Parts: sequence; structure tokens; C-alpha cells
Amino acid sequence: MMSVEFELAITLLLVIGGIFIFIGSFGLLRLPDFYTRLHAPTKATTVGLGSILLCSMLTTFATEGRVSISELLITLFLVITAPVVAHILAKVAMHHKVPMVKHTQYPERVDTARMQQPPVNPSSTKLDS
Amino acid sequence: MLDYAILFVSGVLGIALVMNLARLLMGPNAPDRILALDTMCINSIALILVYGMHSGSPLYFEAALLIAMLGFVSSVAFAKYRLRGDIIE
Amino acid sequence: MTRIFPQPFHTILLTVVWLLLNNSMSPGHILLGVALGIVIPILCQPLRIPQPKVVKPLKLIPYVFIVIKDIIVANIEVAILVLGPMKRIQPGFIAYPLDLKEDLPITLLASTITMTPGTCSCELTQDKQFLYIHVLHMPANEQQLIDYIKVHYEGRVREIFGC
Repeated sequence: MMSVEFELAITLLLVIGGIFIFIGSFGLLRLPDFYTRLHAPTKATTVGLGSILLCSMLTTFATEGRVSISELLITLFLVITAPVVAHILAKVAMHHKVPMVKHTQYPERVDTARMQQPPVNPSSTKLDS
Repeated sequence: MLDYAILFVSGVLGIALVMNLARLLMGPNAPDRILALDTMCINSIALILVYGMHSGSPLYFEAALLIAMLGFVSSVAFAKYRLRGDIIE
Repeated sequence: MTRIFPQPFHTILLTVVWLLLNNSMSPGHILLGVALGIVIPILCQPLRIPQPKVVKPLKLIPYVFIVIKDIIVANIEVAILVLGPMKRIQPGFIAYPLDLKEDLPITLLASTITMTPGTCSCELTQDKQFLYIHVLHMPANEQQLIDYIKVHYEGRVREIFGC
């Protein structure tokens, strides 16, 4: 049977995971434009899901005494695939000229990025706008 | 204590899925909708895992793994279609 | 030897993933996993694109831990930004000058950038000189961020691949 401290730790992990996933979805709903929206789900959900998977692994270990590793496989798979999806969606957004919020800095770089060309004003030289 | 936490997290994940659905319906552009679908996949994986913990059955991990793989492939296929107008080049 | 095991690392990886998928260590599964691990790399050999070798595999371990720490910090930062007022967010694009030349190290770096603090890699230029990154909250001086990525991630990736 689980000790109280262990159960508390598992519960905390589960609740933290749930809250992070909630924040990720909330960001998806709330943030102003597509490029900023891209940040919330790709990051928050990965860590949220990771902590839920860790919690599930610990629960299986505590109640049944066997180590279940398939959860690690899901975590690994998501960590590898989440950046790929984010990258290809950013490409799609650039291709379709998705509108940006007004105060985005250096919006002209999207045009050169769509052509896969180097920027007109590289970051190394500071620009006062 | 863990049972209450599972109940709480299931509720939170349900609300998160509803918010994703709202973005899927509102989403001004195609990439927004694809992103919402991808997030829905990840959230449903979490929901399935939490349900698996509740029922104590190892069967749900297989389902979660399948949804993770199908979600990735379908997101990339959608995005590729929007990018080139063709899935296989 | 190289004809039977064209990619020894992939053979081990496939066997381990097969065992993880089945969640068992029975001799039958080990045998089947090893068989798959030998056959699949041989079948995939013609499809392979030559990639630079991982020179120092042990350097991957501290890199993974640093990235995990950064991911956790990034999540808290992004969560605060999402919950805070929207006017405070200053999104922007930066063009990051790359020192890496090969595909695999650039992929690793771009994935790391996407997973860490408020940055998301968007596009690579054709000549592989610049990586366009979208930043959720731009610092006052963008050079600061470029230097951070250069020292923290790109330097370590270069050490791992020895280029």
C-alpha cells in the first residue's frame, strides 16, 4: 500500500500536469495571433502530459509492484514529434501570410523567411524603430 | 485523495477540450484549426491516461500510444496539404 | 560485420522499443525484437542519407538535463505570460545566425529551441545560414537571446557532433 507522503507526491504531480494542460489550452484560446498561439500548446501540453505520464507510472509501480515503461515511450514520442508539428505549422502560417499582432517586432522578416532567404537586416546590427 | 485528484483533473481536461473545440470552430485561419486539432489529440491522450489510472487497467496505454501516433501523422498530413496542396510529392 | 549490422545503434534502439511496446522481457519477445532490429536496418539501408556521427555520446546526458530544466522553467514563464495581461507580450522574429552546417545537428538545435523558453523555430534559409525564430516575449536587446542560444545550446550541440 502507498504511504501518505508518496500518495501526496503523486497527487501533486497529477494536479500540476492537469493545470499545465489547462493553461496550454487556455493560451490557445486567449493569445492574440497565430504565431503566439503556437507557443502555448506545444510547450505546456508536453510538460503537462509528461507529468501525468510520470504519475501514472508511479501509480502502477505503487499499486501493482511492476514497472510499466510504455509511458516513457509515449513521452519520448511526444517530445520528438511536438517540435516537428510546431515547425511545419509555422511554415504553413508563413506560406498563407497569416496576420500578426500590430506590435510584432521585425515583421518584415516573415517575407524573407517565406522565400527561405537571409534577412535584410541581420540581428547582429541593432535597429532603432 | 488520489481519487479526488483524478476527478478534478478529468474535469479540468474536459474544460480544456471544450476550449480547444472553441478555437477549432472560431479559428480565423487553417493553421489555427490544425493546431487546435493537434492540441485536442494531446489532451485526449491525457484524458485516456487519467481514465486508465482510475480503472487500473493497462489496456488504455495502447490506445494512448495509437492516438499519439495517429495525431502526429494526421497533423503533419493536414499541414502538408495546406502547404503544397498535395500530400505526397 | 557491417553488412549484417549496417547501423548497430538502430539495431539496439529497435530492439529496446519493441520490448517497451510489448512491456515484457520474455525470451520470445527478445528474439523477435533482435530479428526485427537486424532486418529493418538492412531493408532501410538504401534510403539512408549520410549524417554526421555523434562523436561524444556522453555529452548528450548533461545536455538532456539542461534542456529538461529549461523546459520546466519555460513552462512556468509561458504560463505566467498567458495568464497575465495580453498587452505585456512583445512578440517578434529574430534571425539566428547558424554555425552548424549539417542537417541532423540543425534539426536537434531547432527542436531544442522549439521546446525551450518562449521561442519557436519557424524556417531555415536555403543556404543554412540563418534560422528564423519566433519569440513570444522579445527582450530589450535581441543580441542577448542570440548569445544565450549560442552558448547554451549550439555550443553543446557542436561538442556532441564534434564540428
